Amino acid sequence: MPDDLKPEPTEIEFSRAGILAGFRLSLPVALSVFAYGLVFGVLARQANLSLLEAVLMSVLVNAGAAQFTVLGLWTHPLPVLTIILTTFIINLRHILMGASIYPYFRKLKALPRNLSLFYLSDESWALTMGQFQQGKRNGAFLLGSGLALAVGWVGAAAVGYLLGSVVDDPRRWGLDFAFLAVFIALLVAQWKGRKDALPWIVAAVVAVAASYWLPGKWYILLGGLAGSLVGAWRNDS
Amino acid sequence: MTVNFEVLLIILGMALVTYATRWAGPWLMSRVKLSRRVEIWLGYLPGTILISLVVPDLLKSGLAGIVAGFASLVVARLSGNLFLALLVGIITVWAGRSLVG
Repeated sequence: MPDDLKPEPTEIEFSRAGILAGFRLSLPVALSVFAYGLVFGVLARQANLSLLEAVLMSVLVNAGAAQFTVLGLWTHPLPVLTIILTTFIINLRHILMGASIYPYFRKLKALPRNLSLFYLSDESWALTMGQFQQGKRNGAFLLGSGLALAVGWVGAAAVGYLLGSVVDDPRRWGLDFAFLAVFIALLVAQWKGRKDALPWIVAAVVAVAASYWLPGKWYILLGGLAGSLVGAWRNDS
Repeated sequence: MTVNFEVLLIILGMALVTYATRWAGPWLMSRVKLSRRVEIWLGYLPGTILISLVVPDLLKSGLAGIVAGFASLVVARLSGNLFLALLVGIITVWAGRSLVG
C-alpha cells in the first residue's frame, strides 16, 4: 500500500459520474440504513421529540450511533452539554477516517471537499476507500454514497416516527449484519500481503479490549490508531 | 410539527461537533508534512480501522454471526462482489438464527 501512494499528490476528479456511482453502489447498504432509521424514528417519538425535530436531527447530524445514544439521554430538563459532548466523543472516530482519505482529497477544491466530508460515515468512508483501493479516483463518490445513505436515514426517520411501534426489529431479518458483511468484503480488498498481518492483529486485539472496557465507539479509534502506528513504526525500523 | 428552541440548539450543537470530527482529519493532515513515514502510516489506516469495526461486533454476534462473517469473507474473496457478499451474509445469519432460535 505505501508503494501505490505516490510521493506526488494523487490525481483526483470530482464529477457527476462519481456522485452517481457512489449513489448507485451504496443503495444496498442504504436499505439497511433505512431499516435502522425506522427504529430511530420510533425511539425518537417515544423520547418525545416532535416529528420535525427527529427529521432535523437526522438531516443535520447524520450520524446513527450518536443519535441512538443521545435518545437515551433525552430526559427533562435536557442535559444539553452532556448530549453534545457525548455526540462529539462517539464521532471522534471520523477524525481517523478523514485522515486516511486525505491523500486522495488533498487536491480537491475546498467547497467539494468540505461538502463531501459532511457525508462521511463508517459506511460511506469504507465504500469510498474501496473505490480508491481499486484505483478509481473520483472524489465525488463519497458525496454520492453519503447522499444515498442520508436519503435512507432521513426518510426512515420520518416513516418510523409516523408508523410508531409497528416497526420490526431489523435484527430479526439479519439486517444488522449488512454493515458487517460490507465491512468484511471491503476488508478483503484491503489485504495486501503478510506485512498487514501484525498491524491487523494489533488492531483487532486493541479494538476487542477497548470494546469491553470503554463505552461508545472508542474501540474503532483506538484499534485503528494502534494497528496503523505499529505498521508505520515497523516499516520505519 | 414544532421545534422547541432548546431542542433546536441541541441539534445544532450536535451537528456542529459532528461536522468538526468529519472535517478535522483532512485539516490536521494538511498541517503535517506528508513525509514517507506519514504516508506509510496513512496507508495502514483503512485496513486497521475496518478490522476494528468488524472484529468486536463479530465476536458479539454469536455463532450464527461468525459463520455468516466467514461466508461473506469467502464470497468476497472469490467473487469480489460487494452486493453478493452482503446478500450471502444476511441470508446466512438469518438462517442461522432461525435454526438456533
